[in-house]
Amino acid sequence: MAYSEKVMDHFANPRNVGEIPDASGVGEVGNSKCGDIMRMYIKVEGNVITDCKFKTFGCGAAIATSSMATELIKGKTIDEALKLTNKAVMEALDGLPPVKVHCSVLAEQAIKAALSDYYTRLGVDPTPIVGVIQECDHDHGCGCESCN
Amino acid sequence: MKIYADNAATTALSPKVLEAMTPYLTEIYGNPSSLYQIGAVAKDAVESSRETVAKLIGAKNPNEIYFTSGGSEADNWAIKGVCKALKNKGKNHIITSKFEHHAVLHVCESMEKEGFEVTYLDVYEDGLVRPEDVKAAIRPETALVTIMYANNEIGTVQPIAEIGKICREAKVLFHTDAVQAVGNVPINVEEECIDLLSLTAHKFHGPKGCGALYVRKGVLIRNLIEGGAQERSRRAGTENVAGIVGLAKAMELAIGSMEDRAEKLTKMRDRLIDGLLSTIERSRLNGSREHRLPGNINMCFEGIEGESLLLKLDLAGVSASSGSACTSGSLDPSHVLLSLGLPHEIAHGSLRLSFSDDNTEEHIDYLLKVIPETVEYLRSFSPLWDKIKSE
Repeated sequence: MAYSEKVMDHFANPRNVGEIPDASGVGEVGNSKCGDIMRMYIKVEGNVITDCKFKTFGCGAAIATSSMATELIKGKTIDEALKLTNKAVMEALDGLPPVKVHCSVLAEQAIKAALSDYYTRLGVDPTPIVGVIQECDHDHGCGCESCN
Repeated sequence: MKIYADNAATTALSPKVLEAMTPYLTEIYGNPSSLYQIGAVAKDAVESSRETVAKLIGAKNPNEIYFTSGGSEADNWAIKGVCKALKNKGKNHIITSKFEHHAVLHVCESMEKEGFEVTYLDVYEDGLVRPEDVKAAIRPETALVTIMYANNEIGTVQPIAEIGKICREAKVLFHTDAVQAVGNVPINVEEECIDLLSLTAHKFHGPKGCGALYVRKGVLIRNLIEGGAQERSRRAGTENVAGIVGLAKAMELAIGSMEDRAEKLTKMRDRLIDGLLSTIERSRLNGSREHRLPGNINMCFEGIEGESLLLKLDLAGVSASSGSACTSGSLDPSHVLLSLGLPHEIAHGSLRLSFSDDNTEEHIDYLLKVIPETVEYLRSFSPLWDKIKSE
């Protein structure tokens, strides 16, 4: 298993690390039992995500995909952010080893979770807009609900 | 600074070992089974290496040593060979521990498919098998007890002599995977009542691809590799002459310098353990410190994940591991750490450092600086660490 140069770059120098104190939405996915948790903070002004930061517990790929996902949605409209797929995150990182693909799914879900929180705070039901957030997509018998 | 601290995964080939091997990779290329001169010289080298290996583990007879391709083959052969030989004698039970190397665990699982029942003994928080548990698990139909000499991840050294005695008294065969132990702790198969023992050269500065299985005279064992009449018709395949010479030479050097090295490495190890435990909050040493290989450290740091720690340390010049190199493609936390009763989220944050004679006190100084810095950095953006801190 080897990471691409881009993955290593985003792991070694992650972009947008930290918290946004007055965030418009905060989303968290993953769980400690599986070995990765991503928390995304977004600041929305008008219809645009003006800032995005993350905190991640996880492997190199989890940190790199979090970093890349924040880069991909920063300055974008909500509609554009909602269209972000794990595939786009992977492609932007020049690929991920097969066992690490779930990290890119987690990054996509973390963005959606933050947007979901944004709508909830506005008093809007997020499910029709954002969809259902999956906590864990990988089946490795870690014992979490999704695996079971 | 560049620090190689993953000697439990593999070691650097010793220049003296390479020197001993070189003639057998160049001018003495003859097949040991051939009658002419360069074959006979190669044969002599294999046989004198066999004598050396036998002597170094306290075997009575050089013919009890069989050269293999490494530790995994030796483990496979020991377990499959004994079980298949004893199956038609009414034996269908194996006793092992929960934290064996996969070269033992997966073989035991495959024997389950062949009708064997396997008892997986607990290893408790200290990472030690209890001899009384072995005794209690033995049944009339037990074919084999297989317990590793020293654990590959946490370095805990098992009470092998006590287990050997129990097995001998119960007339049950006893195999030990001593891959991590040879060259690091004194071993004597006679005194410790060991019937079969696996070892491999690359863990003590020998070459990769060469190991050995000790099989006590009189032990019934089926062949694993069938073919030619090499190794007294017990293990087919043209001998890896250079590898065998390298194995014997490396073992001689490792065991010859074992006492001094153990003293040095234990001191370095303990300084690092104490330093890390005192500077990094919510850190722990996994497994007994007292019954531990001199050069092994295995710790968990709460709130961070092992792979990111390793990658960050690699960028800082440190080659380490989060557990076994053989399971690095897996997402699951180490089965060894889980067997100690550690919860998944803590087991994910493990770091194994394993030292050799090439490591120095300067390395320890550097590690005492770089590991706490790295843990602190990763915790600074870990949502799990936020949760732990707010508890």
